[in-house]
Order: sequence, then structure tokens, then C-alpha cells
Amino acid sequence: MMEQVIMNNLGFPILSALIFLPVVGAALILFVNRSQESVIKWFSLVISIMTFILSIPLFTNFDKTTHLMQFVERYDWIPTWNITYYLGLDGISVLFVLLSTLITILCVLISWNAIKTKTKEFYISILIMEGAMIGVFCSLDFFLFYLFWEAMLIPMYLLIGVWGGPNRIYAAVKFFLYTLIGSVLMLVGIIVLYFYAGNTFDILELMTKTYPYNMQIWLFWAFFAAFAVKVPMFPVHTWLPDAHTEAPTAGSVILAAVLIKMGAYGFLRFSLPLFPEASRAMTPIMLLLSVTAIIYGAVICLAQTDLKRLIAYSSVSHMGFVTLGIFAMNAQGMEGGILQMLNHGVVTGALFLSVGIIYDRTHTREIADYGGVASVMPVYATAFMIFTLASIGLPATNGFIGEFLIILGGFKASQLSGVLAATGIIIGAGYMLWLYQRVFFMETNQKVLGLKDMDAREVITLLPMVVLIFWIGIYPNTFLGFMHESVRHLLERVNTGNVHEIVTAKNIIGFIK
Amino acid sequence: MPIAMPDLRPVMPEIIMTVLALSILMADLLIKRKETVAFLSIISVGVVAYALAGSMGTTFNGMFVSDGYSMFFKLIFILNVILTVLISVKYIVIERVNFGEYYSLILFSTLGMMIMASAGDLIVLYLGLELMALSTYILAGFIRYDIKSNEAAMKYFLLGAFASAFLLYGTSMIYGLTGTTDLKAISAYIVKNGLASNPILMLSMILFAVAFSFKIAAVPFHMWAPDAYEGAPTSITAFMSVGPKAAGFAVLGRVFMIAFGTVKIEWAGILIPIAILTMGVGNIVALSQTNIKRMLAYSSIAHAGYMLLGIIAGTGEGMSSVLNYMLIYAFMNIGAFAVVIMLRSEGFKGDSISDYEGLAKTHPMAAALMLVFMFSLTGIPPTAGFMGKFYVFMSAIHAGYTWLVIIAVIFSAISAYFYLRIVMYMYMKEPKEAVQLTTSPAIGLALAITVTAVLFIGILPSIFVNFARAAVAGF
Repeated sequence: MMEQVIMNNLGFPILSALIFLPVVGAALILFVNRSQESVIKWFSLVISIMTFILSIPLFTNFDKTTHLMQFVERYDWIPTWNITYYLGLDGISVLFVLLSTLITILCVLISWNAIKTKTKEFYISILIMEGAMIGVFCSLDFFLFYLFWEAMLIPMYLLIGVWGGPNRIYAAVKFFLYTLIGSVLMLVGIIVLYFYAGNTFDILELMTKTYPYNMQIWLFWAFFAAFAVKVPMFPVHTWLPDAHTEAPTAGSVILAAVLIKMGAYGFLRFSLPLFPEASRAMTPIMLLLSVTAIIYGAVICLAQTDLKRLIAYSSVSHMGFVTLGIFAMNAQGMEGGILQMLNHGVVTGALFLSVGIIYDRTHTREIADYGGVASVMPVYATAFMIFTLASIGLPATNGFIGEFLIILGGFKASQLSGVLAATGIIIGAGYMLWLYQRVFFMETNQKVLGLKDMDAREVITLLPMVVLIFWIGIYPNTFLGFMHESVRHLLERVNTGNVHEIVTAKNIIGFIK
Repeated sequence: MPIAMPDLRPVMPEIIMTVLALSILMADLLIKRKETVAFLSIISVGVVAYALAGSMGTTFNGMFVSDGYSMFFKLIFILNVILTVLISVKYIVIERVNFGEYYSLILFSTLGMMIMASAGDLIVLYLGLELMALSTYILAGFIRYDIKSNEAAMKYFLLGAFASAFLLYGTSMIYGLTGTTDLKAISAYIVKNGLASNPILMLSMILFAVAFSFKIAAVPFHMWAPDAYEGAPTSITAFMSVGPKAAGFAVLGRVFMIAFGTVKIEWAGILIPIAILTMGVGNIVALSQTNIKRMLAYSSIAHAGYMLLGIIAGTGEGMSSVLNYMLIYAFMNIGAFAVVIMLRSEGFKGDSISDYEGLAKTHPMAAALMLVFMFSLTGIPPTAGFMGKFYVFMSAIHAGYTWLVIIAVIFSAISAYFYLRIVMYMYMKEPKEAVQLTTSPAIGLALAITVTAVLFIGILPSIFVNFARAAVAGF
């Protein structure tokens, strides 16, 4: 049975090209002599820019009037298990592919001078990472999805562990094990689903089936194990501060901008449409966890003394908004959630890039080592100000649109969670502005005297982020337009059928209200 | 009564193997360069592989069965010989045990395995098992002057003899119960007389399970493995970790699926706790090892645990997933041992995990290969190890053992820690001293074969999976 999809009509297999161009590029780097570092760097840059250019048709040729999968490619892969090489994009995933291709360029640029050892392996890892990330967002076959999802761990493990900060090994292993344990439970869930649905891994076909309520609950939690770790949701977020803090700048940026979006993407793509009844029944728990993450993450930020760690914890808080929006189960919340995923990718990615820029100069992440940076690096201070305000969610920046929609949606779903989420924004303004004050104003620290302002390469790295912040902030319809149809379709799927309510869930609703 | 000449075609590969192994033993007296002997032994198994093609059939009144199943295992054994010989050539020179008998013993051991895989009768099974085991005991103690190698052989021998005794005990019981040692006849007798819950049958199945558990190094009968693996010459450790284990699974599968095929529920009850213990102990004890050979010994125990899941499933699908896993395991494990062997050089043991510190800096190529094998052993896509595990888990879930698979995947995630530790030492630490690599074209070839196979199966497993499926089709 073939779902209705729109086959790729661009004249070339765009999604395969996006996945394999970086991978082939990485393979070619293998043959470059490791002493020729500038060749490796320029080559990686060219490959990443080519990939980005190649991804532009996704933006321009995307049909916004349908929820159907587009740019679809499908070939038999492992016929024995009925596994197909099946790629496609809809309004939920398309923006993340674009984000991935953009972020990779910035990662190559930001690492230009920062990575001095094992340069060859570094750029190979970055490019393989890009291929795997795009693969995750494009896969329409569960097996293929899982393959990319897990394969991604290898380069990320190396990125954190080889080029990271002092405590990098601990952080890398923790990241790997947390993610792996979550993922393997999902694998069991995927196989169970496969047999129940009649030997198929085809995601679209799986979505046409209905599953018994009990099975939905089990599978919901099996998938939750994988996605919640990735998001990360409270209480399995503890790998994130370590990994984000210890990773090299490029690693932190990829983690923050793309990797942790995959968890939320997983909820949207799989958990909600496959297990609609279970998702509805679990909504109160999910809302509770989201609100906890928002407030807990924000409060912890106030106590941080490490620049990167602070931004890392702010991710926990921001991703709480995203999951809140998703599980609000209404159009505003969900669109806000997806937009906020993109926003968070842009803003936090930009913040990590900025921290990387100053870290390259001072080699310290301690907030106390800074002060008065605005007077020595005015351009840098301006850029950082923009990112700070976007992170807080000031109107006219992208953060405002996303958080506003989420709170609106959250308020409709549960008034209390809307109110509590809003307090998260207030605390957010607190820790971000205080951070800005401590780093850029106050008395000029001896250590930052004589620092050079950003050079052209660094300005170019940050520029796309500034543009995106204002573009989304002022005219979000460019981006929201992509998702309207897909979100509407998803909500239809989630909100139909019999409403099952379990006793515990009711109690929790009661508690929240 | 005239005695009809039995059909020799099915047993032809074994006959050829015997003749060639004996002639290599003789030729060794004349040949000075032992590399030539190594080359001849590879040629020999090549000839045997060629002879395999036309050997389908049953002979000696069903005592010897050559079917797709045995064929698949025999190819694994032959692969095992080729890869082992390739990684041995330089290594046994360094260990100063460069004798021709080394290669003929490998061939005799493999002959034993081939007979095991084809055994349609418990007596033939025992015959093959002893031939395999005796040759392997000697190989394990091949470094005569090394006390650890002696210890390895001694331990392996004592516990192996113990296992043989269990096997004989089980055989005698089943003979007492059913009056036959023919696997098919046993099955028929059990069905005819409704012996499903017979305590003697249960007891003999337990004894068989114990004996085979020794061979595949399943917990709690794994005690010999870490010491034997650590002490034996590294090339033989690689050989032992694949060959006898595969042979053990071959007989385990055949005996339990054919002879006891009608009482699956009963023996699944015996094997499930063994499988859980094997995965648990293997993976958890491996976490604390400091010697890489010992670590790989525990890892090999753990892998036996995953494979048991396929047997427990008790379906054709389960069996073919075991075959597939065994083949993949042969590639990735021997590949890992090939890297271990390269670190051994004159006056440097190179078998401590800390010797891998900074290998990525001093020898990036070797480190990259080891990285692939470690991720494959962990079971991370896109490597073959993932496909192997995936198939086994899938067949176990299909047979209704979802809970068992959940346990397995959690242990498998735990295993990531110790495999990654090697990667971590190689890539994330600074080299302490310059490690010399001992390379040779032969070992290079072995590494090329294994790494290509690991990556190829990891991306396009279809051919091998279909092959494994076809192998059990006639079961």
C-alpha cells in the first residue's frame, strides 16, 4: 500500500544528494595528507557551502499547500526485511534540513583557527555529522531513521571527546551512554511496531494503523526514552550541561542547534501520530515535565559561573518551552513549538558561536574572568546583545514569536502551565541580562584588555544568525507558512478517536489545575 | 551380508581436508620457509571450499549430514582459518614459535569443527568435538616457554574434558531413554512416546546445554575463557573466539532444533537464564578489564549471550539470525584481534589497554580500523555488528521474547562503555611511548577483508541475510 506522497520532481535526487555530498566529501578528505591543513579546511568549507546551496530548492520549491511528503525518493534496500530507502520532507522537517546545512558552514568557519590537532579527523567528523543529521530529518523508513539516529553518535562522541575541554572524556562517555540507552529501547519499540503492523518499517504506512491502547502506552514510553534523552527533558537532561560545556565550539553549536531538536522532532513525527491516544493520556505528565524543565533550567542558570554551562542550562529551559508547545496539542502551541525549535537552534547556536569567538582569544569560560568586554570589542558586544535579547524573547526578535505562540497554546491546554511557563521567561531575562552585564559592562577585567574585535571570518559566521533572528521576528509567516498544513494534519490525527483517560493521568490534571 | 560402499560425496570436503592436513604435516619436514606452509594451508582450505559446492547430501545412514546449514558454518570455519593464518604469519615469528605444526593443527581443529557442523548423530558429534578440542588445547599452549600459555592450555584442557564428560553423560542418558543416538530418531521417539515432560529427557537436555555452554563460553561455564584467551597466542585467541564458538552453536542449533525440536518450551527454559547470565556477566565484567585480550574474552562471552537469543527464539528465522551473527562476529572479532596482534612487537607485549593511548596520533590508520571494529562490536550502525544484533533481536521479538530483548539491549548499551574505552584511549589521550607496529602484507590483507566486510554488511546486509536464510531453509 502506497501512501500519497509527492515524488521528487527536481530532476535530481535532492535529499540523497544532501545526505551523501558531505559523506563523500568526508571520504575524500581521507585521502588528503594530514599536513595540508588549509586544503582540508577549504575543502570542507566548499563542501558545506555546496550542500547549503543544494538545499535551497527545498526552501524555494516547497509546496506549502499540502501536508503530503515532498521530494520523495524510494528504493528497495533490504527487501528481506521489507526495508526501503525512503526519503521525504514535510512542513515539520523541511526547516531543520535547512538549519543543518546552514549550521555546518558556520561550524566549519568557527573552527578555522580553533582546531589545531587532528584537523583531518575533525572535519571528517563534522561532515559525516551533517550527512547523518540531514538523514534523520528526511527518513521515512524507521530502520533508515534509526540508522542515521545512531550513526550520528559516532562523530559526536569523537567531537566532544577529542577536541573538547578539560573534562571532555567524561562528558563524551556520558553523552554516548545516555543517548544509546534511550535509543536501544526505541529500537525494541520499532521492532514491536514492525511486527504488529505486518512487517513494515514504512513510517507513513505505520501511521495509517491504529494500535491497541495498552500497546500505545508501552511504545510511547519506549520512544519517550529515546526522545526525552535527546531533547533533553527533565529529569534525563543531566548529560546536556556536561556535553555542551566540554564540547568544542562547533560541537556545542551542532548539539544545541540541531541534535537536541531531534528529540522534539521525534515526538512530532513519531510519538504523536503513531500513538495519539497514549500521547493525549500522557499530556499532563508531559506538560508537568516541560514546565519543570522551564523553571528548573532557568533557576539553575542563575547560579552558573561558566559561560557555556549557563547557555547549556538555558537550553534545558528553552527546550521545555518546545515540549510544552508540542504537548499543548493545539495549533498555536505546536507551531510555536516547531518555530521555537528553529529559534533555539539559531539563537543558542549563535550564543555558542559567540562564546567560541571570545574563548579562542582568552581560553577561559569563567564569567568572572570577563568584564567590560563591550569597551574593547564593540562589534562583538552588539552581536551578543542581539542574541541575548532574542534569547529573552524581546518583540521583533524570533524568540518572541515562538514563546508567545507556545504560551498561548499552553494557556489553552492548561492555564497553570501557561502561567508557570511565563515566569520562566522572566527568570530568563534575569539570567541573560545579568550575564550580559557581568561580561560586557562593569569594570574592565585585566584579562580582556587589548582583545581584538571580531575579524571578517567571525562576522560572516554570525551574520546569518542575526539576519534570521530579525527575519523570523518581524515576518514569521515565511517560516510558519511551511508548517501550517502539516501541523493541521498532525492535529487531526492526534485529536480524533476515542479519548482514553487513565486514572493517574486524571489525578495529575487535577493536580496541575 | 554384502557391505555397500557408503556415498562419499557428502563427506568429500572432510576427506580432502584430512589428506591435505596430513600432507602439510609431512611437507613441513621438507619446507624451511614456514610462510610457504601458511600459504599451503590457505590453498588447502580453498580447495575444501571448492569441494563444498558439490557435497550436498546425507550419508552413513544419516550420521553425516551435509546441508545448507552445515555448509554455512563450514564457510565460517574456512574464513576463520584464512583470516587466522593471515594474522599469524608474522606474529608466530615474533613469539618464536614459527613451526609448521601450528598450521596443521589449525587445519585439524577446523576439520573437527566441520564434522561437528555436519553431525547427524551424537557419536559423530562427539568425534568432531574431540578432534577440534584436542587440537585447540595444543594450540592454546603453543608458546611452550611462556607460563601463561601453558596455563591457558591446561585450564582449557581440564574444563574442556569436563565438558566432554557432560556431553557423553547426556548422550548415554538419551540413548538409555530412546535407544538411539540419531538426532532425527530421537525426535521421532520423543513424539511417538509423548516424552515431553519426562525428567530423564529434561536432565539430558540440561547436560547437553551445559556441555555446549562450555564450548560457546556461556555463563556459568565460561570460567576457562578469560584465562585461555589471555594466555594463548593472540592469533589462536582470535581463532578460538570464532571457530569453536561457531562449532558450538552449530551443534547447539542442530541438537536442540532437530532432536529436541518438539520440546522447545522446555529447553528454552534452560537456555533463557543462561543467556541472561551470559550477557550480564560478559558485559559487566568486561568493564573492569585492563588487558585487551581479557576484555575481548568477556566481550566474546557477551556475544554468545546475544546469539543464544536467536536459538531461544526457536524458529528458522532465529537460527538464520544466529548464522548471520556468527559470520559478522567472525569478521569484526578477528579484525579487532588483528589490530591487537599488530601492537605486539619484539620485546613489547602490547596487550594492555593502556598501550592504546594516543594510537590515533602515532598510527592513525590502525586506530581508525580499531575504531570501526569497536563500534561494530558495540553494534552501532552503519557497521555489520548492528545488523547482526538487529536480526537476532528481531527474531527473538517475533517469537514473543520482547522482555528478553529489552534486557539484551540494555546490556548491549552497557557494553558501549568498554568498547568506547578503547576508542577513548586511542583518540583522546596522548601517547606515552612510541608504540611500534608490526605490519606485514598478510595482516594488511586480513584487515582489508575484515573492515570491508564489516562496512559492507553494515550497509547492504541483504546478500548475507538471504544466504543465512537459505542455509536454514532445509532445516
